[in-house]
Amino acid sequence: MIKPRVRLPSTASKGEVIEIKTLISHPMETGYRRDAQGHMIPHHIIHTFTCTYNGEQVFRADWHPAVAANPYLAFYTVATESGRLRFEWIDDTGTVYATEADITVV
Amino acid sequence: MEPCTSDDVVRLNRRAMLQRLGTTGVLVALWPARAWTMSEAVQQAMHQRIGTRTPQPHGMTLRLPPLAETGNSVPLTVAVDSAMTPDDHVLRIHVFVEGNPEPVAATYHLGRRAGKAVISTQMRLARSQTVLALAEMHDGSVRSVTADIVVTLGACVEES
Repeated sequence: MIKPRVRLPSTASKGEVIEIKTLISHPMETGYRRDAQGHMIPHHIIHTFTCTYNGEQVFRADWHPAVAANPYLAFYTVATESGRLRFEWIDDTGTVYATEADITVV
Repeated sequence: MEPCTSDDVVRLNRRAMLQRLGTTGVLVALWPARAWTMSEAVQQAMHQRIGTRTPQPHGMTLRLPPLAETGNSVPLTVAVDSAMTPDDHVLRIHVFVEGNPEPVAATYHLGRRAGKAVISTQMRLARSQTVLALAEMHDGSVRSVTADIVVTLGACVEES
């Protein structure tokens, strides 16, 4: 079961720049490798990661096979208001892995 | 002719080496800042993303270890010097890996709400290479930075 994880502060002051760390277990199979029988292992990667803050996209990443397996990504955003951040990873089978986190801005 | 003593060998080698170092030093000094020539694949991928704009090699940093035992998961941090205000912010950061089968590693879309133009991640590198990062600024300018890495055992070559 693929389970994404995110870490960010649960509270922040208005206008504060907060760091968001994300991690998801995924093979990020490049499509260039062969299995023990010599057959090509099919390409299977997450190509898009998005972070929305109360519905507005604040960060997006487009990934290619050079992103390591179990992709880790840390980035920043400004804590503007209390609400919900939603994180989505979309792979090339069309599967969407998502998680959410709430933040209180004081 | 007298056989060389080990002392002579050392001295000769040292002299030869110093001479070579001297020449290399001069060459390196004369070399333009962006002398490293990108592979055609990277140039094409760059062109698709920034068109004919010429990147300026300053205003950002790319941190990755100088040496990696395996290329499977190499930590990488890109930081752009920017106040990240509505008048001065980074739109996108691109990472190119010329030594991999595909020249583009990732594109990060930031924008004015990012707060800080710093991203950290882990890359898969097929072999020793020069990694290139570009930052597209809101005013249309482009910045660039490169970093060299030696990869002892490349990714993609074996079962992980």
